[in-house]
Amino acid sequence: MSDTIPTVALTTEKDVRIVEFTNSKILDEANIAEIGATLGSLIDEKTMPKLLLDFSTVEHLSSAALGMLINVNNRIKQKNGQLRLANIKPQIFEVFVITKLNKLFRILPNRAEALASFQS
Amino acid sequence: MGVAGSKLRGGGSSDDKRPKRAAASAKNDGKSPLKFEIPSDFQHQHEVQTAILKEVARRGFNSQSTFAIKLALEEAMINAVKHGNKLNPKKKVKIEAKITPAQAEIVIEDQGPGFDRSSVPDPTKEENLEKCSGRGILLMEAYMNSVRWSNGGRKVKMIKKNEADVLPRN
Repeated sequence: MSDTIPTVALTTEKDVRIVEFTNSKILDEANIAEIGATLGSLIDEKTMPKLLLDFSTVEHLSSAALGMLINVNNRIKQKNGQLRLANIKPQIFEVFVITKLNKLFRILPNRAEALASFQS
Repeated sequence: MGVAGSKLRGGGSSDDKRPKRAAASAKNDGKSPLKFEIPSDFQHQHEVQTAILKEVARRGFNSQSTFAIKLALEEAMINAVKHGNKLNPKKKVKIEAKITPAQAEIVIEDQGPGFDRSSVPDPTKEENLEKCSGRGILLMEAYMNSVRWSNGGRKVKMIKKNEADVLPRN
């Protein structure tokens, strides 16, 4: 839809790929597919991918977005990689708690703690 | 009336793709519900969501209730358009939203095969946590005060009161 605004911003810290969502809503079907594809290509580029997803801008999500994140988690696990989620707002964190996905994902309070939690 | 308004916004296009606003009164006094009948596609369902959320904002819902309605509405609309009507443009989704300052009551009905609520596996069970689907209904029921299915699962009625509540409930 909106070709001009990318859905994620990428940076790298050591061997960790940091993904920041640039849209406050990871909810729209087109957005979710695009984010899923971007994360998929980041997983493909490394033998043991390390991904940190920064949620600081995210104010809404949906079950479809959760499904995409679970898929990403599964793919990373298959490659013996590591996934961390950070900076999740309380309202969004509640969604993870209700769905019990806070048990599936490694969720850290902020970027620094998330970076420190990666095993080399 | 609403029809004239939508034509104006449509920029004179004869091919009016906007959702039909049937009985929404011009004054929007809250007594007449917002009514829509749309084909099963993402664009139309998105427009309906926008219209309902605009009314929720106008009625002064607090941020917690607004978040809940937004989440449940998205899940219910996607259920109807995608999982119910399978994006078949010939199949319609009917939506009725009655928003008062006290509560939002939203009814959504599709023309799909329906489903049995009791047969949907619990996505919070350990063995289902890694499965990618099945969380929409859970979220609707967790965030709304009441969610009732009828017509073989084709119709859902959700109510959210405009009051601060404590989540999660389960």
